[in-house]
Amino acid sequence: MDVKYYLRERFFPHMWCAGCGHGIVLNALVRAVDGLGIKKRDMVMVSGIGCSSRISGYVDFHSLHTLHGRALAFATGVKLSKPSLNVIVPMGDGDALAIGGNHFIHAARRNINITALVMNNRTYGMTGGQFSPLSGVGTKATTAPYSNIDREFDTVELATGAGATFVARTTVYHVKQLQSLLKKAISHNGFSVLEVLSQCPTYFGRKNRKGSAVDMLNSFKDGTVPVGSKKKQDNPELIERGVFVDKILPEYCEAYAELVERATAK
Amino acid sequence: MSKKITFVQGNEACALGAMYAGLDFYAGYPITPSTEIAETLAVMLPAAGKKFIQMEDEISSMCAIIGASLTGNKVMTATSGPGFSLKQEALGYAVMAEIPCVVVNVQRGGPSTGNPTHVSQGDVNQARWGTHGDHSIVALSASNHQDVFKMTVEAFNIAETYRTPVILLFDEVIGHMREKLIVPEEGEIPLVARLRTSLKEGVNYHPYLPREDGRLPMSDFGDVHRFNVTGLYHDMWGFPTDKPELVQELLRHLIDKIENNVHKMTFYKSYFLEDASTILISYGSAARSALSVVKQRRNRGESIGLLELNTIWPFPAELVRECTQHADLVAVVEMNVGQLTQSVKLAVGTQKRVHLINRLDGQMIIDKDIKRILRILQGRGI
Ligand code: SF4
Repeated sequence: MDVKYYLRERFFPHMWCAGCGHGIVLNALVRAVDGLGIKKRDMVMVSGIGCSSRISGYVDFHSLHTLHGRALAFATGVKLSKPSLNVIVPMGDGDALAIGGNHFIHAARRNINITALVMNNRTYGMTGGQFSPLSGVGTKATTAPYSNIDREFDTVELATGAGATFVARTTVYHVKQLQSLLKKAISHNGFSVLEVLSQCPTYFGRKNRKGSAVDMLNSFKDGTVPVGSKKKQDNPELIERGVFVDKILPEYCEAYAELVERATAK
Repeated sequence: MSKKITFVQGNEACALGAMYAGLDFYAGYPITPSTEIAETLAVMLPAAGKKFIQMEDEISSMCAIIGASLTGNKVMTATSGPGFSLKQEALGYAVMAEIPCVVVNVQRGGPSTGNPTHVSQGDVNQARWGTHGDHSIVALSASNHQDVFKMTVEAFNIAETYRTPVILLFDEVIGHMREKLIVPEEGEIPLVARLRTSLKEGVNYHPYLPREDGRLPMSDFGDVHRFNVTGLYHDMWGFPTDKPELVQELLRHLIDKIENNVHKMTFYKSYFLEDASTILISYGSAARSALSVVKQRRNRGESIGLLELNTIWPFPAELVRECTQHADLVAVVEMNVGQLTQSVKLAVGTQKRVHLINRLDGQMIIDKDIKRILRILQGRGI
């Protein structure tokens, strides 16, 4: 496939640091869209603010780069007003789950057919490495110099609890799985959440002595296991990858179409 | 739609005006005293096959209408004081990204929770400068339901013409009061349709390159042209830039497209202004009481008149200057600490004193209040 067909070359080079994981997500994303055969004019990318959010400008889709935390709210307006569009919302961990937490749980509750991509590097990269709600206790950040006391969300559990009908997790090390989960998430008819562990060597890596980008990628390999793996029982520290929830419940735009039928039948 | 006489709340008149204007998509969150707008549209929009969504909060309501505008829809949200504060960031986004949308603020007492069920006009300057950064804004007002309806339609027209958010600055009295409304017939108030690009697929479309007349044809999300929309300073492609000359050009454009067209978006009403030596200036429900005073005093032969402003922002300074030229006494009637009085003073200049006749206690200013202060201003004592 021709990756460039999906990119806005005019806007390159991109602004990410060397070794940032976000470029891998971009690569997997365009391959997933290509694999699904979706036309570019039917794709909308809505993002918020942060390093991850810049992904929307680089793709040759309709792209809406919005406010910090509010991408899902804008996306809800796009999707409900024109349900034929495929809407993907790439977000950072702070963007999606701190300032955007309310929109995240409510989009999940509505089960609106949007794909939420949480690119989790456990830090606020763009503002220089502050701790996020996914950093976790004991991590270091510019705003947690004495080590972090804030407990973290588990994105998968949060999304599941809020009612998302497709929930999955992988890492940028597992590129093939990333592509295949992206395809599944985009094809899913309902609110889908895909958490992608991604590295920020510039801030999270440096602050927490995680080594180079390659070291961080290797830690994704060593620190994760497929869902249901026996290894997890022996070592609860391991993070599971794969599909956690995949079910069909009434989708919001379809439910709305039925509501219109009720309202107009008289 | 045929001519229909109704007896409605101001909030319902607003909803009816929005439907008349071709509203496609409404997103909102419950808040007093504007909730009836959402309740009315929750009935009407689905019945017309259009979209209504109750969002999780005020912020998301503002964001959702911007998203829906980009797919080619006429959109609106409604709120009151605290909700208007919450919407400011996204309102600025609509300014920057030039997204047509209508935001209703049925004003109540503030700051903070203030008094949800009592009247105020305390958000006049928030409407002007509530969102951060240099910008221009359009805000319209009305003192009766016929005008609530008309101004709502005009708000959509201005939003589409200039690719800008337009604020409808109503107040609790207008929102909740019931009076007659004659719903205009189809075509009676002209409607502005969105200007869309005629460029075909494969031809470069620049979403942020103004035409010679300053207007920017749009292309709907889902249509053939794909472009970037951002709240960052951007170039003609909609892509982020920090080139000083482009930033300057963008900000100039955002401000000039409004300020250079003040006369085209100025709506007002004048009562007995020709020979008036005393001139009251007012808007919203306060203008009802001001008009009542003017009529009573005129009946007694006093040369007094009223300029009612339906356009608050951009402030029609030239109009105010002209109307007050020959007056001996100018007084602004408003239910705040003199938020519009400041602008009137600037317009009138230093030769004449501009007085404030106000009320601040959550109660509507009535003719008696105005008359009492007016007598003092006229040197006649109470
Ligand atoms: S700061 Fe971190 S997240 Fe941002 S581009 Fe650099 S590596 Fe990536």
